[in-house]
Formats: sequence, structure tokens, C-alpha cells
Amino acid sequence: MSTTPTPFAANATDYKIPDKVMSKINEIASQYPEKNSAMLPALHLIQDEFGWIPPSAVRQLADALDTTPNKVYAVVSFYTMFNQAPVGKYHIQVCRNVSCSLLGSKHIVDHLTSKLGIQPGQTTENKKFTLSLVECLGACGTAPVMMINDTYYENLTSGKVDEILNTLA
Amino acid sequence: MKMQIELNNRKLEAESGETILSVAKRAGINIPTLCYLEHLKPAGRCRICVVEVDGRKDLVPSCSFPVSDGMKIHTHSPRVLEARKNLIELMLANHPDDCLYCNRNSNCDLRQLADQLGVRERELVHVEPHFEIDNSSPSLVRDPNKCILCGKCVRVCEEIQGVAAIELLGRGFESFVGVENNKNLATSRCINCGQCILACPTGALTEKSQIQDVIDALNDPEKYVVVQHAPAISVTLAEEFGVEAGIDVDGAMVAALRRMGFDKVFDTSFTADLTIMEEGSELVSRIVNGGKLPMLTSCSPGWIKFVEQFYPDFTGNLSTCKSPQQMMGAIIKRIFAQREDIDPAKIFSVSIMPCTAKKFEAGRPEMGENGIQDVDVVLTTRELGRLLRMYGIDIRNIEPEQADSPFGERTTAGKIFGATGGVMEAALRTGYYLVTGELMEHLEITPVRGLDGIKESKIKVGDLELGVAVASSLSKARILLDEVKKGRSDLHFIEVMTCPGGCVAGGGQPIGTNVDKIKARSQALYKLDDSETMRMSHENPSVKKLYEDYLGKPLSEKSHHLLHTHYEKRPI
Repeated sequence: MSTTPTPFAANATDYKIPDKVMSKINEIASQYPEKNSAMLPALHLIQDEFGWIPPSAVRQLADALDTTPNKVYAVVSFYTMFNQAPVGKYHIQVCRNVSCSLLGSKHIVDHLTSKLGIQPGQTTENKKFTLSLVECLGACGTAPVMMINDTYYENLTSGKVDEILNTLA
Repeated sequence: MKMQIELNNRKLEAESGETILSVAKRAGINIPTLCYLEHLKPAGRCRICVVEVDGRKDLVPSCSFPVSDGMKIHTHSPRVLEARKNLIELMLANHPDDCLYCNRNSNCDLRQLADQLGVRERELVHVEPHFEIDNSSPSLVRDPNKCILCGKCVRVCEEIQGVAAIELLGRGFESFVGVENNKNLATSRCINCGQCILACPTGALTEKSQIQDVIDALNDPEKYVVVQHAPAISVTLAEEFGVEAGIDVDGAMVAALRRMGFDKVFDTSFTADLTIMEEGSELVSRIVNGGKLPMLTSCSPGWIKFVEQFYPDFTGNLSTCKSPQQMMGAIIKRIFAQREDIDPAKIFSVSIMPCTAKKFEAGRPEMGENGIQDVDVVLTTRELGRLLRMYGIDIRNIEPEQADSPFGERTTAGKIFGATGGVMEAALRTGYYLVTGELMEHLEITPVRGLDGIKESKIKVGDLELGVAVASSLSKARILLDEVKKGRSDLHFIEVMTCPGGCVAGGGQPIGTNVDKIKARSQALYKLDDSETMRMSHENPSVKKLYEDYLGKPLSEKSHHLLHTHYEKRPI
């Protein structure tokens, strides 16, 4: 089962990386012997800008870093933290790795899917929530864990998830 | 520095820096590999080549592990064999169980290794993979379900061909080889060369087979079925029947094609000779009239798409000559049809090519007239082998016959088109004659022969010192074009073959193509050139007659209409 959001804007090819972001990318790239070493920080900047990594940005970045679109896409598709399609206002990312799985992340996911009416990789119709399964979030001591946008929620239970969702407007 | 090592309890000498794999190979010990590629840096991905080294806890990958003095290595110890068997079992755990139906069932590296390592039972849970098959390309089919993620296709595409159409995408169990942004091969920058097929250890990459179309045409009483075969086929087809590389079976192949029911068998080497007449004259005309230089050869369709995509400013440098396949296609449907009074719509034109990109070329809209494509179906050497076996014809056991006249006559200049440097050599032999009216002192132009990636020479033709270069593989072509882009101006003529080694190493050639076989196949072509007397394209009597009867002279209006083409820029 694919856990990255499936594109609902597959033809969104017109996103242009703004000049100020591009000059930041070029500045980072200039610090390395090979420009493509700046790939990860550059992708973070692009995601900060658009909320996801649009295909047209992949191509612009490939040109800027003297590499091929495939090489950029390989990185984008490897890391669950990069969104390959626009996500909802709240991007819920539940850890699916060992510690969280042992402590019941599957129940958390099941609870979320029934509550939100979407499967992992999908976004609610009102574009409010996107649900993703991700790799280790580095908080095994407080498993099970999820991230909503940039905030961590730990020691989760179904009840706790309900409380958290209620606070999100 | 020389060093002493022990390999399976045998004392051996090795060079410092050598890998265990290379020493073992020299000692006649066969260590299996799946991701290893000759002449490229080892990737160390597949781990199937692991060996045991005394004093080391872990097994080491022999493809990338250098020997050191006094090293004691065991290449087939129980621990090693167990590890290899486990690896194969893991690969089979998510591999489809459809070997009986697989295109590669007789030559699959994975299946052979499973056999060698004694995998006879399924020990792991089978997970049927679920990737979509990419059928979009006119040349290739990509089935990620059969992929074992060795990465060879990705490396060949990027490092040998400089194209980088495919990449290892995703992560973990969901990894696959694909195209950026979930595109398919048809919309990718793939140039259809098929080198990835030769690299693939399984059936994950295959040619798009058109065998059935040919069978249907042969069985259609309304169809007049004509076939042409490229210069490189006769020296490779025998390998499809288990014969060693480098045996020419031209006559047997012609006879075999007739047995299958083809109405006419023509030789693409004839239009190779014709290409030389047109392309040689075009070069002379460009030099005399100040046309765009260096002129680039145009017979390799992967290269053409490469220029259209990556070097659109150089499309004006490409010779306007169609490839020999398309020249023959046009002659068959437009001249031959008229002469024999056959409706072109009833002619089914098949070509046997060493090449998967030729399938794409045959489908280009400009390669036809009045809605009729000049070439209907292209079969690779592999497909012809399959078709012959299906018809119960054994190429080893059939009386040779002559190709049909008039488009079956060829000189050996047309024949050596099949090897890298061959087009250049053929062009120089005739170009020299066209310019000076004399014959070259030595017809063998050795500086342009051989498997070096880039070969260059200066040839004195009358008052002109002609600068020529030959690139074999597209990463090497990139080097030359980038030099020209930067202002290099001493080159007049550049031959580019998409596949490293030329058509004898084409993406449609038998599975198992390697450097030794490529050398043997090229040698077979040069042996023909050595042993025959008609060695210059302008001597071909049928080519002369075609000009007398129909075309007039090279670059005439009729030639332009029939034998020349144009290119488009293809943004990527």
C-alpha cells in the first residue's frame, strides 16, 4: 500500500520557484564541491514555499543543481517528509516503525481513518486533513507518535487523538 | 605491486588494487554477479558475489573488495553458498511466479542462479508484486514486478548513454525503477536504445514484441510481405541458436526468411551503400558551400532523438539523410511497388534490426507518405531468433541463398556499418573518390576501428585536411558535442553510434552481449571486408543503376524527396 499522498493535481506544472528562494538555493549549493549536495535543504525550502514539491519545481531544481529530474525525484520519493501532492491544512503523519507499531500505532491509524473517513495517502474532501504513514520520527521513548504539521503528539491513545482533533479548527 | 593470495586454497599472484572478483575470473573461478557491469565502478548492491575472507567476521562483496597481500579467500564455502541462496530466496519472495510465460525464460540470470544454488522450495512467504506494466513506449516494455532492483539499467542509461531516463524511486518494499513524477517511458527522455534490456538480468525490461503482426501478415494472402535485414544481423543471429559469437550466416538467414514465406528478401546494406552516396555528397556540398559543420551522421535513431532532446541547436548539423532502414522502406513502398505494379497499401514491409530504437523510428510520422508508413514492423535480432524457432527453422542447418535483386546487392562498405567507425570508414572510401577522382591508397582506415569510445583522425583529401571523429555510445557523443559547442572547429564529420560498439552491440541483439562478443561480431564484419572485392559503396552496381533509372544523381530533387528527412526539437 502506498503511503505517500496520491497526486490530485498531477498537471500542476506551472509552479515557479520564486527568485528569493532560488537565490537561497544557489547560495547553499555554492558551499559544496558538487551542487547536488544541496538537494535536501533545497527541497525543504521548496516545500516551505508550496507546501509540497510540484513537478515543475523538480525540473527547475534539477537544472539549478546540475542534475537530472530523475535524481531529484528519487530523493523526493524516498523521504516520506516530502509531499508529492498538495496536502490538507493539517498534515497528520503517524509513525509506522517498530516501537510505534509495538505500542499500537495501527490502532491509532485505524481510529484516524474511521474518524476522518480517509485512507493513508488521502486528503479529506474539505482539504482540512491529510493522513500519511511515515518512517521513524525519532521519539521511540514516547511511542506511539504522530506529527501534525510541525507539532509532535506523543503517548497516543484513541481518546487523546479525539481531544487533539477537537482543538484543530 | 604484485601480491600473493590464496583463493580456495590455491596460491595465486594478484596486482594491488585488483578486486577479488577480477582475480577469481582470471583464475577460472566463476563468482555469480547480478549488479556488476564491465568497465563501470562496482555498485555492490546485490551482494550475490559475496565471498569469505579469513580473519573477517562478515562476508565481503568480491566485485568491490580489493585483494591484499596474504589474503585467504573462499568463494564457494558452505557459508557463502548459504548466503547466496538466501539472497535469491529473498529476491524470489516478491518475484512473480510466471517463468513459463516470461520473455526471458530461457536466459534469465535470476532463474539460472536459483537453479545453480539449489533453490527448490519456497521458504519465504510469497508477496505478489503489484506494479503497473509500462507499455507506453513503441520500443520497450517495462515490468517493475520482475525487477530485482540491481540498478544496472539505471547505470547504463545514465553512465554509458548520458540519458538518465530511469531511476530507482521510492523506498523499501515499494522501491521500483521508474520515471520521474510517475511518468511513463513514452513521455520520458528515453531514446529507445534498449541498452537497458541487455543489462537487465530478468524480464523486467524487454523489447515491445511485434512478432504476431509479422505472422499475421505472412498468413494474409492479400499482403505482399517484404523483409530487409540490417548489416549487423547476419553476424549475430547464429548466437540465438547457441552458436559462438562472430559467425556470419547471411545466406542461411536469407534462405530461412524465404522458408517462412517472405516474398522478397532485401539487404539493408544496399541502402547503407546508398546512404554513403547521399551522405558523402552532402558532406562535400557542406564543405564547398559553407553549410553547417561538423556534419553528424544520422543512421542511429537513438542518437537522433538524443540530439532533438538534448542538443536541439545541433539538429542542423545532422545529415538530412534518412537511415538505411528508412531509405529501404521508402524504396520498397515507392519505387519497388511502382516497378512491380503492386499497390503500396498491400505491401507489408518488415525490417530486421539490431535495434529497439528502429521501432520508434519506423513510426515517426515523417517516415511515410499518404498515410502509409514506409516500414510497417521492426523486429530485433532476438525476435527473429524466436520467430525462426517458432517456425522450426534452424539457422545452423539450412542451405544458404542469395538476397533478392536489385536491392540485395551490397558492398562490404555497407556491411561494416554494423561496427562503430564503419559508417565513417565507408564514407571516407567513397568521399575520397568523389572529391579526388582517385582511390585511397589503403582502404582500411584503422584509426576509426575498434571499441574506443572516441576515435579521431585527420585524413588528407585533395587539398583539404578532413577532421573526423567517431563516438561510440551517447555519453561519448556528449563529450564531442560539448567540445564543438565550446568552439572546437577542426572537425568536419562526426559519426555517432548510440550503442557502445555500434549496431553489433545494439539493444536488439542477443541477451548475453558482452565486450568479447562485440569484438567477435565486429571482426566477422571486417573479415568479410577483407575477403571480398567490392569494398566501396560507389561501386555497387545496383546503386549505380538506381541513380541511372530513377534518382539521377546524389542530392537530386528525387533523392531529397525519397531519401532525406528533417528533424524536430523535442523539449524534455
